[in-house]
Parts: sequence; structure tokens; C-alpha cells
Amino acid sequence: MAADSVEREILIAASPEVVWGVITEPHHISRWFSDEADVEGRAGADGSLTWKPAGRGGRDKDFDAVVPIRVVEAEPFHRFSFRWNFPEGAHPDEGNSALVEFSLAEVADGTRLRVVESGIGAVTRDEQDRARYVESHEQGWARHLGEMLDYVASSARGPAA
Amino acid sequence: MATATAQDDALWAAVADPTRRRVLDVLLEHGEATTTTLAAGLPVTRQAVAKHLAVLDRVGLVAGERRGREVRYAVRPERLDDAAEAMAQVAAQWDRRLARIKRLAESVQAGTEIHQ
Repeated sequence: MAADSVEREILIAASPEVVWGVITEPHHISRWFSDEADVEGRAGADGSLTWKPAGRGGRDKDFDAVVPIRVVEAEPFHRFSFRWNFPEGAHPDEGNSALVEFSLAEVADGTRLRVVESGIGAVTRDEQDRARYVESHEQGWARHLGEMLDYVASSARGPAA
Repeated sequence: MATATAQDDALWAAVADPTRRRVLDVLLEHGEATTTTLAAGLPVTRQAVAKHLAVLDRVGLVAGERRGREVRYAVRPERLDDAAEAMAQVAAQWDRRLARIKRLAESVQAGTEIHQ
């Protein structure tokens, strides 16, 4: 796993075929990810994810946050990966975008879905921050800090939404 | 960001130690604790806990407040680093997205998908 990455997984009581549909089909993507999704589940496809602000601004397209996405791998029922958050019009690569990789594994009760997002530093960090993140990650602390922060946030605000 | 690198090195060195992480965990669980109560829940001596707290205090991760004869320590979450916070947010976002994927997929599987 790359240094500036997060990895999460979840067990789902559904077949890999069903999970595949949920993570790759736009009408599903718009229910777990962005508000609108223009994406095709095939390698090389370019698309966009759109977030709309809550409330009245949501009706005004000028307020939309549109994020480009390019599908990297699409191996049905097994792997789906894409790059996103690269500058509009740019060719997405590891220097300017984050890579999200889903992998699906059939298990006795359904599907184990794992997601790894890497290259987050390319998007949100300058070099100094990135170096520090790498350092923290190598100490195995980044995830732990994440849990602490979640805990702190939930203690401060009551149960997380 | 123009934070001092030496200070950050000290921060990461402070949290790299497993016992200090355990101290932080206990403080987060209980909100605050004294050296004595911390030592009671950890496999180290009171003196060792005091030293670990001093290290955490120096980098600003905990703060002690004197109440009568004892000092009560608590975590200072605001000191938790920007970068780590950003990563934590990314992780938390994926946890929420995965939870929604799970809910959707399980409702599709069960044939009970609710259409908006």
C-alpha cells in the first residue's frame, strides 16, 4: 500500500455482482457518493461527479462542484478503480490526482469490499505536508489518529451522522 | 504551511511510542485522568507514566490542570496535526460511503430497494 493512502473495508450481505452494480452504475453512485454521477464502468471512460450545495443553492448550477473522474480499471465483479480530483482538462496521473481502487472478494456471506484511496497528497498537500504524512503513516499512526479524531469529533458533537 | 519541522518531528516522536499512544487512548476514553489512575490501567509504573505525560505535554498533545493536590491530564485534540486530520477525514468519508454502498447493495440483493 502506498504511503499516502487510506484503506477501508466492509462486509456486505450481497453478491459481488450486486455490489459491482452499486459501485459502477451512475444511478447508484449518485446515492452513495456524489449527488450526480456521469460515469461509465469501463476502463478509460471519462466522466464527472457533481456535488450540489444543500438548500436553495442546490438548484443553481453555478454552485455545483464538478469533479472529473477517469476510470482506470474495470474488471467486472472483481476490480474497479478510478482517478479523480485532477485539474480540469489535465491528463490524470499520479502527480495530480488521487487513485481509488475497489476490490471485491466473494465470501461465504456475501462480498468483502475493500477500498484504497492513494495519492491523496497529490491533491491536498504540498510537499512538506506530504512528507510529514508519509512519516506519520510509516509509524502506523495515521489510522490511529483517525480513530482518535473520529472519537473526539463524536464526543464533541454527539453520535456521528 | 509554515510550521516548524523540529516541532513536528517531536510530535511524531511523541506519538510513535506505543505506551504514549495507550496513554492517549485512555485519556480519550476517560476525558481526563491523573498519573496515578493512568498507571493503574497500564502495565507501567507511575514514574514511567509521568515521564510519558511530560513528553506529550511538551509537544502539546496533553495538558495538565492542577486540582488541589493532583494534576488532571486531558488530550488537546486541536494539536492533532493538519495532515493527519485530513487523512482521518478521508478515511471517515470512505467509511460513510462504504456504509451507504452496503445498505444499497443489501437492499438490491433483498429486492427491497427503495426508489427515490
